[in-house]
Amino acid sequence: LHYAPIATISYWLPSKTNASRESLKMEPLADCSLLPGEERIIDKDIIYICPFSGALKGKVFITNYRLYFKSADADPAVTLDVPLGAIGRVEKMGGASSRGENSYGLDITCKDMRNLRFALKQEGHSRRDIFDILFKYAFPLSHGLLLFAYLSQEKFEENGWSVYKPMEEFRRQGLPNDKWRVTFINANYELCDTYPTILVVPFKATEEDLRKVCTFRSRGRIPVLSWIHRENQAVICRCSQPLVGMSGKRNKDDERYLDLIREANGTAKLTIYDARPSVNAVANKATGGGYEGDDAYQNAELVFLDIHNIHVMRESLKKLKDIVYPNVEESHWLSSLESTHWLEHIKLVISGAIQVADKISGGNSVVVHCSDGWDRTAQLTSLAMLMLDSHYRTLRGFQVLLEKEWIGFGHKFANRIGHGDKNHADQDRSPIFVQFIDCVWQMTKQFPTAFEFNERLLVTILDHLFSCRFGTFLFNCERARDTNELRSKTVSLWSLVNSDLSFYQNPFYTPESNRVLYPVASMRHLELWVTYYIRWNPRIRQQQQSPVEQRYIELLALRDEYLKKLEELQLSDSSPNSSHLSNSSTPNAASPTQHITHLHTPF
Amino acid sequence: MRMFDGRVLLKQVILLFWPLISTWVQGAEKIDSCQLQVLEMLSSLGSAGGKSAKPSFVSYVTPEEIKSEKEPSRKEKHPDLLPGEVVFCSASTVLKYTQDDLSQRGVFGVLLCTNFRVSFVSDEEPTEEMGQLFKNKLYGENDIPLSCVDNIYGGSEDKRKLITGGLVKNKYPSKMIIHCKDLRVFQFSLSFSKEEDAKKIFQGIVHHCLEPKSLRCLFAFSYCENTSYPEAQRKKQTVMFDSVEDWTQDMKRTKGNCRVVSENSNFELSPKLPQYFIVPKNVSDEDLTKYQGKGLPMWCWSHHSGCALFKTASIPLVQEDNVPQTYMEKMLTAVAHNHLYSVKTEDLSDTLPTVQDILLSYNKFKQFFLIDNTTEFWMSDMKWFSSLDNCGWLDIIRQCLQKAVEVVESLEKENTNVLIMEEGGSDLCCVVSSLVQLMLDPYYRTLLGFQSLVQKEWVAGGHAFLDRSNHLHLKDKVESQSPVFLLFLECVWQLQQQHGPAFQFSETYLTVLSDSVHVPVFTTFLFNNDGHRDSLLRAESPHTQRSPLNCPTVWDWSVQFDCKAQDLFTNPLYTEKPKQDTSVRKSYRPRHLRQLSLPSSAFKTPPKKGFFKDEADNLKKILGVKRLSRWMLSPSSDSPQTSSSVREFYEAWQTKPLDYHGLLLPCLDGPSIRVWMQRYLRWIHDVQILGGGPVAMLSKVSEILGEVQELQRQLDRHGCTLTSNHKGARPRAKTAAAVIAARSSVRLSSSFPFVTSRNWAFKPAIPTSLLQSLMVTGMPGNLADREDDGGPESLV
Repeated sequence: LHYAPIATISYWLPSKTNASRESLKMEPLADCSLLPGEERIIDKDIIYICPFSGALKGKVFITNYRLYFKSADADPAVTLDVPLGAIGRVEKMGGASSRGENSYGLDITCKDMRNLRFALKQEGHSRRDIFDILFKYAFPLSHGLLLFAYLSQEKFEENGWSVYKPMEEFRRQGLPNDKWRVTFINANYELCDTYPTILVVPFKATEEDLRKVCTFRSRGRIPVLSWIHRENQAVICRCSQPLVGMSGKRNKDDERYLDLIREANGTAKLTIYDARPSVNAVANKATGGGYEGDDAYQNAELVFLDIHNIHVMRESLKKLKDIVYPNVEESHWLSSLESTHWLEHIKLVISGAIQVADKISGGNSVVVHCSDGWDRTAQLTSLAMLMLDSHYRTLRGFQVLLEKEWIGFGHKFANRIGHGDKNHADQDRSPIFVQFIDCVWQMTKQFPTAFEFNERLLVTILDHLFSCRFGTFLFNCERARDTNELRSKTVSLWSLVNSDLSFYQNPFYTPESNRVLYPVASMRHLELWVTYYIRWNPRIRQQQQSPVEQRYIELLALRDEYLKKLEELQLSDSSPNSSHLSNSSTPNAASPTQHITHLHTPF
Repeated sequence: MRMFDGRVLLKQVILLFWPLISTWVQGAEKIDSCQLQVLEMLSSLGSAGGKSAKPSFVSYVTPEEIKSEKEPSRKEKHPDLLPGEVVFCSASTVLKYTQDDLSQRGVFGVLLCTNFRVSFVSDEEPTEEMGQLFKNKLYGENDIPLSCVDNIYGGSEDKRKLITGGLVKNKYPSKMIIHCKDLRVFQFSLSFSKEEDAKKIFQGIVHHCLEPKSLRCLFAFSYCENTSYPEAQRKKQTVMFDSVEDWTQDMKRTKGNCRVVSENSNFELSPKLPQYFIVPKNVSDEDLTKYQGKGLPMWCWSHHSGCALFKTASIPLVQEDNVPQTYMEKMLTAVAHNHLYSVKTEDLSDTLPTVQDILLSYNKFKQFFLIDNTTEFWMSDMKWFSSLDNCGWLDIIRQCLQKAVEVVESLEKENTNVLIMEEGGSDLCCVVSSLVQLMLDPYYRTLLGFQSLVQKEWVAGGHAFLDRSNHLHLKDKVESQSPVFLLFLECVWQLQQQHGPAFQFSETYLTVLSDSVHVPVFTTFLFNNDGHRDSLLRAESPHTQRSPLNCPTVWDWSVQFDCKAQDLFTNPLYTEKPKQDTSVRKSYRPRHLRQLSLPSSAFKTPPKKGFFKDEADNLKKILGVKRLSRWMLSPSSDSPQTSSSVREFYEAWQTKPLDYHGLLLPCLDGPSIRVWMQRYLRWIHDVQILGGGPVAMLSKVSEILGEVQELQRQLDRHGCTLTSNHKGARPRAKTAAAVIAARSSVRLSSSFPFVTSRNWAFKPAIPTSLLQSLMVTGMPGNLADREDDGGPESLV
């Protein structure tokens, strides 16, 4: 059986070079060694127009991976460490016509909610040099260069590419079984070029059926199984919209196929969740798409979830940036926040996922789609799975979830993020994945003990969504990844994460295996993810650890220490000859915090 | 038994006729006397019978007794009455709607009105009460203390009408909705009761909850006559600020250098002034007697640098008369003399919202949480943020905090004396001065310290609790009603939310304290000032010759909660400041205050070193010209634009490592000022996070804290001395650990400990009416209608 998606996987040997943890603190470049494979390109004296502390003289270094700035005179030194991948746009400001010594400006718009402004002297064309280099290395694909992930020589103890093995994941879910089978019909991406190679479909559906259904679903994205409930056998299937069109075409194969899904666990009525607002679904008929009509799909009920499209989300986040960067809107903050609609969209996505999870818990199978089934659909299925299946709330389980529902099923990361591409105004760009991670964050906020991972993991994921340091989020689909030999030539983000798991662990995590989590999708409980969206603002106190977490960890350390002491005492009581107590020096009392991450044991 | 029977009978007669008596008699005064007579009768009956140590009504009429004597009758069913509690009227087969759904389901039971509460007693046998951990001993989940009733609505099928006292004639609505001040909402259907009963209970409740009454009618008086509290015990805990010693002690603690005034111990100077208080040294005896205490700078707190915070009731300016002005100048000079001849004044009436603004805003704000049905709730959800913004409540909180930070800045950074003033001097002055002290002095962040602070600034400080709460529903006091104390608690909550580990008390403590204001049992919240309390308690004393009536204060928490429940008042995140070394301990005292100041290099020297002698004339000139304009004597900040300076102050503070036992400042940015979820959302079913919320984390902390404490005990038993270093980190606070640990099998919800999840279906709340208000407008090229990925050509 050939289910490994890639023929050649090179396993990283544990290397002696330190796996360089992403240092959250910024250090001078001299101290912070470059990543293996990172090369210095240029450095220049520059002025950073810091929106918080004013103009700062300093030096900027540009490598093929990052832009690094360190101020010369400010105390404490102000530093910037920006992966070039996070840069969305570079513009010149001012110039010969403007006045002043440092009138040659650069405005850098980042994908991570900030803007950077620099000023340079006129002499020696310093701005032109910096601009050209930035433009070239920030957008390598537009200049025939490789993304940094392909240049990186980083080595980690763990190989993140082995985190997700589709067959293993299906087996974990109890698949295949007598109702659902694994098909390799897409092994060469012939059925659907944006789907993964391994698919799970109703047992009764033949390969021929699949090919016929394929013609009636947008981009050939047929309904396939994402998740099955172990007890009640209800399934989440995902797909794209049916090609109903203006004339209201019907397709018997598609209708029968959906009925097979319904039949598999005896669901009376299959629920189809169309993520779009009904207006949009109707409008899609004009372009050949549409939705499942009542008359055609008699054993199905259709529910619209009213989630808007990628353009609306993009504009919404843009508005959000306007009110938080560089300064947090002062007057009528809440009304301003509301006018961005960002949290409202979050609410709609979460409540959509709640409905899916609720249906599944009740034993009814569901089919989820939007237009193409790679944006809103991915959000809904993965959030519902997070609510239903505690495995996905573990550190590794969450990686599997992302690999499976987002990467595997072809969320168009390359287009949505625009990795290495200079076309900043591309209408295909949209923060759909950011929005999803925000939803996850909202859930971790509401259920602080239910997730094995912490906020740091979520921020790290978003940082490397843009950074291009790892291959994980590159390209639109598995097929493109294969063509570009991604898994053999780049490092997975999970290599970094899994080499230092304790850093991303939530000390409060309490596994509860059969628990369905229903977050409250009310604006009363949704909050702006300040520590991500407003993290560049120094007024927002960035705590490495929340005080609650810190206290908990201290107490854990104290408990272990006391336990140890008690043990020693009991030992010395039972053997009066040994002078245990006097010998045992107190195991360093100074900093219990440093130990604790290892001491963590669920109890 | 026979003797008892007679009494029971008599009481039943009174009870039976009470509703009639109370509805017949018009006018508050008459009712008062009438009611009092009845109460006296009852209490004398109680004390005459038997030798019971605590003669109380409840010991005679218990449901069991009635059962054994007569046929079991629903009408007699009532809650366990408190000492001194009397049932006025009742109605059976009242339907109490289950609040959290629209299905009009409910439970039948008896609705009663007593002199303490409106109470619903379910006909159903009480289910397994595993959620009774946090039971309030005075009232249960189906009881509403009369003072806690906020509004009563009469409803027919689809309309509801606000009931105002006095307008109730012979009609009664089929449905009665009661909104409580602790934000609970009750809905009762009276359609199934006998018409006579329904009418009586409705009129009785409206009468006792909404009609004007005299202070003596408040339950506290009949309650206290029938209970006794060991006074000595409570004395030793919270500093009550009712003696010279308390004040002297507090001034010494902060190394203040002012003068304790005891001339008012019998309220001879003014009944509005505290019994004892502190003024600057330079205030003469003669000065004390002028203007009934108005304009007198009252000491609040001394900063370690020597400067201090004072507050005063401003004297209204009379144009022709120059006397108050010269008096004010004299007082200001006295304040300035306290330290380095510098003073800033701040007239809070000019810069903060008025008490009416506060009331208006809060009335809008609270409506968001008084939820009659879920549809309404979800409808309002989409506009939640802007509604919140528009009511302005959070902004008022922000303004108060900001003002407090400004004062802190003056004390901490510029080391100037500060005099805050307002008309009356006991509303926003109390808010600001208490907040300043909470930010600067870690002592006030302990539980006892906080209670002492409330005693000092609010109770002794003469905040008119009675008028502000208008428990008595007096028509002429409607204007003076305002939730000023709640506003203070809100501000404290914000600080606590931002700097959790700095506070020894928990969020639950604050919520309970805010509820207790509406339980008319505690002397703390019943009076307008010291003098008021003194005169009333003396007058009400059963033994006029002897000590005044002994009533509990709210700090006697055992009146409301047992020990286990009280454990939830402490914050498991709090640790005491580690003491450096036992040898240095003696010279320790308030020295920690010194350490808490800002890093010295940055701020030590104020721009100008204040005013010296020869500048005093100048100062007086300024005073003569600009009367009490704000910050008029400020050497540095002439501009009224203080907010940017406050921001800088905050930023400078924020870059330093955070010391929970040092200066605390709140972040005032939009996202940082939030809604007090526990207080406001606790009763709303649809927003309960089952098994989640912050409590999920905190209970784990408590759990492990319990383990650590247990281990400590074991180690102590082994005679193991822990090194001093460990002792520092050693948790001392008694915590809720054991309590919550015992419940750890139970899934807590975000509204823990107020609501237990036992009745709740494990069904998610799915927002209704999602799209209705979602307006995506103003998009370039109508993006909302566009395809995700390109146009039709890309569709196969």
